[in-house]
Amino acid sequence: MSAIITRRTLLAGTAASAALPLVGARAQAPFGVGFVYVGPVGDHGWTWTHDQGRKAVEAAYGNKVKTSFIENVAEGPDAARAIRQLAQAGDQLIFTTSFGFMNPTIQVAKQFPKIKFEHATGYQRAENVATYNARFYEGRAVIGTIAGHMSKSGQAGYIASFPIPEVVMGINAFHLAAKKVNPNFKTKVIWASTWYDPAKEADAAKALIDQGCDVITQHTDSAAALQAAEQRGVFAFGQASDMKAFAPKAHLSAIVDDWSGYYVKRVKEAMDGTWKSGDVWGGIKDGMVKLAPYNDAVTPAARAAADEVQKGIVAGTLHPFTGELKDQKGTLRLKAGETASDEILSKMDWYVDGVQA
Amino acid sequence: MLEWRRRREPSKAMLYLSPLIAVGLTMLTGMLVFGAIGYDGLRAVTAIFITPLVEPQRWADLGVKAAPLIMIALGLAIGFRANVWNIGAEGQYVMGAIAGTGVALLTHDMTGWWILPAMALAGIIGGAAWAALPALLKVRLQVSEILTSLMLTYVAVQFLYYLVRGPWKDPDGFNFPQTRMFSASQTLPAVAEGSLVHLGVPLAVLLALIAWFVMAKTVAGYAVRVVGRAPAAARHGGFDANRVTWAALLAGGGLAGLAGLFEAAGPFGQLTPQFPVGYGFTAIIVAFLGRLSPPGIVFGALVLAVTYVGGEIAQSTVRLPSAATGMFQALLLFFLLATDVLVRYRLAWKTRPARSAP
Amino acid sequence: MTAAILVSIFMTLAAAATPILLAALGELVTEKAGVLNLGVEGMMLCGAVAGFAVAYSTGSVPLGLLAATLAGVAAAMIFALLTLGLGSNQVAMGLALTIFGIGASSLIGAGFVGRTITRLGPLFPADYAAHPWLRLVVGHDAIVYLSLALVLAVSLFLRRTKAGLILRAVGENADSAHAIGYRVLAIRTAATAFGGALAGLGGAYFSLALTPMWADRLTAGRGWIALALVVFAAWKPGRLLIGAYLFGAVATFELQAKAAGLSFIAPEVLAMTPYLATIVVLTMMSLGRRTGGRDAPACLGKPFPAP
Repeated sequence: MSAIITRRTLLAGTAASAALPLVGARAQAPFGVGFVYVGPVGDHGWTWTHDQGRKAVEAAYGNKVKTSFIENVAEGPDAARAIRQLAQAGDQLIFTTSFGFMNPTIQVAKQFPKIKFEHATGYQRAENVATYNARFYEGRAVIGTIAGHMSKSGQAGYIASFPIPEVVMGINAFHLAAKKVNPNFKTKVIWASTWYDPAKEADAAKALIDQGCDVITQHTDSAAALQAAEQRGVFAFGQASDMKAFAPKAHLSAIVDDWSGYYVKRVKEAMDGTWKSGDVWGGIKDGMVKLAPYNDAVTPAARAAADEVQKGIVAGTLHPFTGELKDQKGTLRLKAGETASDEILSKMDWYVDGVQA
Repeated sequence: MLEWRRRREPSKAMLYLSPLIAVGLTMLTGMLVFGAIGYDGLRAVTAIFITPLVEPQRWADLGVKAAPLIMIALGLAIGFRANVWNIGAEGQYVMGAIAGTGVALLTHDMTGWWILPAMALAGIIGGAAWAALPALLKVRLQVSEILTSLMLTYVAVQFLYYLVRGPWKDPDGFNFPQTRMFSASQTLPAVAEGSLVHLGVPLAVLLALIAWFVMAKTVAGYAVRVVGRAPAAARHGGFDANRVTWAALLAGGGLAGLAGLFEAAGPFGQLTPQFPVGYGFTAIIVAFLGRLSPPGIVFGALVLAVTYVGGEIAQSTVRLPSAATGMFQALLLFFLLATDVLVRYRLAWKTRPARSAP
Repeated sequence: MTAAILVSIFMTLAAAATPILLAALGELVTEKAGVLNLGVEGMMLCGAVAGFAVAYSTGSVPLGLLAATLAGVAAAMIFALLTLGLGSNQVAMGLALTIFGIGASSLIGAGFVGRTITRLGPLFPADYAAHPWLRLVVGHDAIVYLSLALVLAVSLFLRRTKAGLILRAVGENADSAHAIGYRVLAIRTAATAFGGALAGLGGAYFSLALTPMWADRLTAGRGWIALALVVFAAWKPGRLLIGAYLFGAVATFELQAKAAGLSFIAPEVLAMTPYLATIVVLTMMSLGRRTGGRDAPACLGKPFPAP
C-alpha cells in the first residue's frame, strides 16, 4: 500500500501548491505547446498519431501557437529532463504521451505550477496535470464484430505485448464482440513480450495462422503482422493508423487513434484561460477512436453489424462490456444487464471465457 | 607531402589537446552535414554543444547524467589499464540495482538510516558478483572476459524483465511491469532541498579523486599498470596477474553495481523495464574519451552528458530529429578515437629519400 | 500437430535463422582474422535501410540487396579505418559504430517510413515453391540458399585454401604472419569488409524479405545475437549453421507453443538461453583445450602493430 499512499500524498501536496493559471500575460507572443514522445515520430504507430495531433494544433492556430517536441525519450529520469526542458523553454502546455512519463510529469508539474500538463494513459492527476486516454476497447469491439463475421475457422489470433489493463480490456472487448456473432468463437493470444520487434511480430502471426487462425489482430506497434497475414492470405486489422498500404487484401479495417480534436480543444482552453485539470477518456463518440474504411472484402452483413455496433456505442445503448459476464475461471464479473465501470476497466486483469491467453 | 611519424614519447600536449580538436572537428562536420540536408547547422551545433554549458539550469541535468557514467567508467578504466576487458558493465549495473532493490523491497515497511547504506552495499555486491563469474572463468580457464561479460549483460537484463513483470511487480500497480516506489528511507537524498542533484553526483566526483590517487600514487595502482603494460616484467616483479584480474573485475563490477543502485534509488525511485539505458556501454566510450585517466573520465562523461542534454535542446528548438543526436555522438566518438593517433604520431613533411641509382 | 504445420514451422524458422546466420558468418571471418567488430547491429541497420531505400526507389529487390551489401561494407570501412588504420580500440569503436548505424539508418529511413515493397519471393517457380512438402527444399528465397552456400564456401575457404590459412595465421599470431611477409592490415581490412558485407545483407533480409518495410531499429537487436552465435559456434562455420537454425527453432517453437495455448517457460528465461548457452560452450571449450581442443583466435581484438 505504501506506493499508493505516496502517490496520494504527492497529489495532495501538488494541489496545495498549485497556482492560478497564467492568463493573457503573453498575449502577443505565440503560445508554446510542447510534446514529449516515447518513440520516433517516424514509427508510423503510437508516436506518429500524437505528432499528427500536434500538426493539427499548428494548422488550427497558425502563428498564434508555437509547437515543439522531443522524440525517443526513455521512460524514467530522461523523461523528467525532457519535460523540464520544454517547461523552461517557455511552453505553457505540455503533453506527455506515454504511460511511463507519469511520475516524471507529476514531478516536473510540481516545480512549474503555472504550466499545464497533460499526461496520456496515466491515473495520477494534479491541479495542473490532466490525464487523457482513448477508449480503444470500443474500436476493438467493432473489429471483433467484423472478425466474428469474416472468420471461417472461428478462430482469431491476437498478438499482444504485456498483460496491462489496457491490453487485457482490448482482448476481452474483441472477443466478446466476436462471440456475439459466433458463440463458438476462439481468440488465441500470443504474448510477444515486446511492443516492437517486427520480425517477431510477423513470426507470431505465422504461428497463429498455422494453428488455424484466419483473422489476425495485434496490440503491438509495427505493421509486420499485417504483412504476414497478407502473405498467407488471411485477414488482419491495422493498429493505431490506417495500415492498408502494407496489406491491401488482408487489411479489413484499423483502429485509428485521432488525438487532434482533443489537442486542438485543450490548447484553445489553455489559451483562453478556461483549462481545467481532469480526466478525459474519449471514444468513438468523441472522435478519438475511429475505424479505417472497410476493405471491399468485408461482407455486407459484417459491415452492417459493425456499423450497428458503432452506432450503439455512440448512442450509448451498447457497452462492449455488458453482463452477464464470467471470466475464464467461472467467476461472475458483471451481473446481467450491468455494464463495466471505468474503475473495473482500468484495473482489468481477468479474461473472459473463450480467450486462450 | 605530409606523413605520419611515430613520436619517441607520447605527446603530453596532444593528450590534452586532441579531445578538444575532436570536439571542434565534430562541430564543424556536423554543421556542414546538417546544413547540407536542410537544417540550420550553426544553430544545431550551438544548441547541442554550447547551450547546455551556458544555461545554469541545465547544469544539474549534466551532473545527473554524467554521474553514473563517471562511476562505471572509473571501474572499467582500471581493468582496461590492466588489459582486462570487462565490457559487461551494463549487466553489472543492472545486477547492482536488482540487488539493492531486493533490499528495498524487503524493508519497504521499515524506516531507518541504515536502509540506504544496506542497499548501497547490496548494489556493490550484486555488481561485483556479476563480474566475478567472468573473473573466475578468465583466471581458472582462460575464457575471454570480453565475451563472457557481454553475454552476462543480456542475462542480467532478461532477469530484470522477469522480476519486474513477475515476482517484484508492484501489487498496487495495475499489473504494470514495475516495482513499487521506494520509500523516503530508500531514496538517495538531494544535495540541497529541492535540487535535482542527488548525493550520487558529488560521490562520483569524489570516487574519481580516490581512483586518481590509487592509480597514480599507490603500489596497487602501479601493479595494475605494470600488469597491463608488461605482463612478463610484472611476473618477475612479483605481481600476480590473476590477482590483478580479480581486482580489476571486482572493482569494475562493484562500481557499476553502485552506480546502478544510485540510479535506481535516485532518479528512478523504482525498477522498471526501462531501467537499462545503456550507461554500461556508453561508459566504455567515456573511459576511452578520458584516455583511461580519472580526470579525463570526468571530462569525457561531461562531454557525453552535454550531447544528450543538448540533443534535446536541439530537438525542441531547431527540430533536429533525435537520430541526429545519435549521429553527433557517433561523429564525436569517431573523431575522439581518431585523434588519439596524434598522441603517438605527428604529422611531418615527407623528406625525399635519397635515391640510389638502380 | 499435422505435417503441414511442421512444414510451415520449418519455413518460418529458416527465415528467422537466415539473417542471423549471414551476419554471424561475416563476423566469424572478421574475428578469424583477429578483428573484433562489435558493431554488427549498426552494420545490419545500415544494410537494412540502404536495401529498402534502393529497392523502393528503383523497384528492384536485387539492386536493393546489392546496395545493402555495399552499405555494410562502407560502415565496416569506417571501423577499419579507425581501428586498423589509426589503431583505435576495437571494442570502443564497435560500440560507436552501432550508435552510428542506429542514427544514420533512422535519418536516411525517415522518408521511407510507412511504405512497402513487394517482398523477395521464392527462388523457384511457384508450382514447386507452393508444393505442400516439396517446398521444404525448394520453397525458400534466394538469400536462404545463398546463406547456406556461403557457409560451405567459408568453411572450405578457411580450411582448404592458402588464403584461408593466411587469414587464420593473421588472427592467431599477427607478429609471425607479419614476419613471414604477409600484409596483416590489408588482410584484416578485407576480412572486416567481408563481415560488413554479410551484416549488410543480413540486415536487408529484414527490410526486403521478412518484413518488407522500414522502421527505426528494424533488426531489434539481432546483431548482438549474431555476435553471441559466433562464440557459441566456437568459430566454426558448420556449427554456426546449426546454432542459427537452433536459435530459429527455439524462437519459432516458443511462438507455436503459445499459439497452441501451451506456456511452459517464462519468455525471459527463453530469451537469456542463447547467451547462457554461449558461456557454457566457452567454458566447455576451455576445458576441452587442455585435451587438445581449439579456442578463440589468439589475437582477437588485439591491435597490430602493438602500441
